[in-house]
Amino acid sequence: MASVTDPHDGGFRLSMLLNDRRYRGLTFQFFALILIIVAMAFLGINLVRNLAAAGLNFSYEFLGDPANYDINQTMIDYTSRSTHLRAALVGLLNTLLVSVMACVTATILGVIAGVLRLSKNWLVRKLMSAYVEAFRNVPVLIWILMIGTVVQQLPSPSAFRGDDPDSSMWLGLIAATNRGIYIPAPIWGPGSLIVIAVFLASIVGVVLYRRYAVAKLYSDGTLLPTFWPSLGILFVPTILAYFLMGQPVSLDVPELQGFNFGGGLQIGRPLIALWLALSVYTGAFIAENVRAGILSVSHGQTEAAASLGLRSNRIMSLVVLPQALRVIVPPLISQYLNITKNSSLAIAVGYADITATLGGITLNQTGRAIETILLLMLFYLVISLSISGVMNVYNASVSLKER
Amino acid sequence: MSDMHSESVGYVRETFLSEKEPPLQETGLFKWVRVNLFSNWFYALLTLAAIYVVYVLLSGFIPWFLGGVWQADSIRECREIAGGEVGGCFAVLTDRWYQLLFGFSYPSDKYWRPTLAFVLLFICAAPVLFPAIPRPFMILTLLFPFTAYWLLWGGTILVPLVALAGVVAGYVVYSRLVARSFAIGLFGGVVAAAVVWWLGGFVSEAEPRFLALQEVASRDMGGFMLNMILGVICVSLSLPFGIVLALGRQSSLPIIKWICIVFIEFVRGVPLITLLFVANVVLAYFLPPGTNFDLILRVIIMITMFASAYIAEVIRGGLAALPRGQYEGAESLGLDYAQSMRLIILPQALKISIPGIVNVSVGLFKDTTLVSIISMFDLVGMIRGPILASTDWNGVYWELYGFAALLFFIVCYSISQYSQWLERQLATDHR
Repeated sequence: MASVTDPHDGGFRLSMLLNDRRYRGLTFQFFALILIIVAMAFLGINLVRNLAAAGLNFSYEFLGDPANYDINQTMIDYTSRSTHLRAALVGLLNTLLVSVMACVTATILGVIAGVLRLSKNWLVRKLMSAYVEAFRNVPVLIWILMIGTVVQQLPSPSAFRGDDPDSSMWLGLIAATNRGIYIPAPIWGPGSLIVIAVFLASIVGVVLYRRYAVAKLYSDGTLLPTFWPSLGILFVPTILAYFLMGQPVSLDVPELQGFNFGGGLQIGRPLIALWLALSVYTGAFIAENVRAGILSVSHGQTEAAASLGLRSNRIMSLVVLPQALRVIVPPLISQYLNITKNSSLAIAVGYADITATLGGITLNQTGRAIETILLLMLFYLVISLSISGVMNVYNASVSLKER
Repeated sequence: MSDMHSESVGYVRETFLSEKEPPLQETGLFKWVRVNLFSNWFYALLTLAAIYVVYVLLSGFIPWFLGGVWQADSIRECREIAGGEVGGCFAVLTDRWYQLLFGFSYPSDKYWRPTLAFVLLFICAAPVLFPAIPRPFMILTLLFPFTAYWLLWGGTILVPLVALAGVVAGYVVYSRLVARSFAIGLFGGVVAAAVVWWLGGFVSEAEPRFLALQEVASRDMGGFMLNMILGVICVSLSLPFGIVLALGRQSSLPIIKWICIVFIEFVRGVPLITLLFVANVVLAYFLPPGTNFDLILRVIIMITMFASAYIAEVIRGGLAALPRGQYEGAESLGLDYAQSMRLIILPQALKISIPGIVNVSVGLFKDTTLVSIISMFDLVGMIRGPILASTDWNGVYWELYGFAALLFFIVCYSISQYSQWLERQLATDHR
């Protein structure tokens, strides 16, 4: 009988490209490559022909032209005489601003809600479940529009006027009006640099003290207190420096001037609406991640730690949290990514993020659809690829070292 | 002997004490409240705070809802009827009910068609959703896309019939040839379907009036119906594409693997709204001059692309979670790649992936509201556009947004409840 295990009887034949497992892969890949090239060429040729037919060309020269439109909230100097590139940059910074703000608040909200969902308190548990389900099951666009409506219906600045005003400022510092929220702005007087420097030095001091405490514990077993000393190192020198320098930092409190508030820092209404909506919406998702992370640490871990004689706060910080964080952090980072991508819905409440400036007004004014949208996608791609790069590094550092 | 005992131990009780009520603190409602609400001062504080929050929410909501006005012609009439009392103006919902559900240009005497399609969706999806229903009923599910197309878009029944005939022919050829090799079967099936569609095209063009319903153009679709259409079509299309992409990404063939990786990472890296911009203004540049796609079709292509990248990642997770032994076991049985994937790997991997797939589907269904930004009139688009802009209803925000939120909540919440139920059904491990 001929052995079927040895196919080498006559060298390479053409039919082996289809039937032999060793070569079939090459055939498939070859055809896939051809198919992709043909598809690309088809799209490319169509593009060239369509552009020629419409009398257009592919160029980014329009970025240097004046934009001729105003943007209500800018972090850098911008006038309607600035270029389209400058407008895109303003939008980019605005996107990053609202994303970072929403990431911070969504994390705080999510951690609180996630922990409370596991609480033994029945009412609180149910309330948090209601929050999570209500926000997870309704489109973020509807939440953005709803919260946009709420912010729109805040009292107008004129309601703050008179001896017996309809509205008053919170703590005398913050005014929530339908033109935006006014908060006190810090005024950096001479010598404030020293205060900041002292504060930064104290942060370094806290880190060093904690390291010292751990080293001390490992070397001779004495347990130094960390909480109160850390707090002291963090604040006492800064407060001392503040008074020694003659209180250089003061607050510019918003005040009613004429028909509007003057002074302070104005946070525009669209920014508030988008920020709140993204925070509460993503907070609900983060709450679920946090809950899953805490539940993923098996009860045996807690019990084993207790039987080693650890106290409950140390069980939390040394045993449960490090293991829970390994589960929580990767989805948390992808939620941050989602916040950045969802911030592109800013256009619905009129916030000037990069989708609204570059992909909205600039596109409509110049008609350069392909160029602007390519640029827009490139920007989001860079952000998401860098965030997922960070995530991969983190995952590699915390993954279980298996033998 | 027995007598002696009965006399000597006279202090032993001869009867049981009657049962006493447990202390009040350890029973019933009181214990429940103590354990669940006031077990220590911190929880007591939390409970009080929670009660306050619930009170604030309800005291705002209940008068507003109970005092609502359901019959009026405009917001001014609403305010007159309410007469200064707190009350929602729900009349906008009754007045614009059909617009909210079907958009403002779907022919009003044809509303029964989308309604029927919606009801059929549940009947026909049931055999797939519930394993208890006998397999033969699956034929209903297979027929649904063609029926629904005919009901929603209208036109001659020949078009969906020809499409169905193509699918059947393709399947017959595939099942004949698959014994030889999966690739040959697939190729043969596709060719057979294409031939039937091509030939059938002449038939349906020759008889455009045969059993014809009134045609409705895609741009006339709107309201919640549009969200449902986009959601159902894109989710069902993205599943097969997602599986192919996931297998491609796991493949050992480097070129195929890289094509899939680039596609998936690109699509996942950009927001859906930019892809919708592409559908709206850019896609036309990449098609041969003169082709004129519906906007709805372009949007379906883009959302399907978007969803399949996400589903591919979910399924890749399922594939990676399978023990290596399953792959090796399939190989050692002598199954080839297609067989081992079809019979061994994918059934298990898809089962693990159900929660993720449902999450993506719910997210996708919610994201269909984004089409309102490229000025399509879905539920949110109808509210923001024609209804809030009309002089009659300008200013009725809460009732409209609340209604939209409620509709989406009902659909998404029931989908996630169903998926949890299915997970329990499919759980084969005994934990």
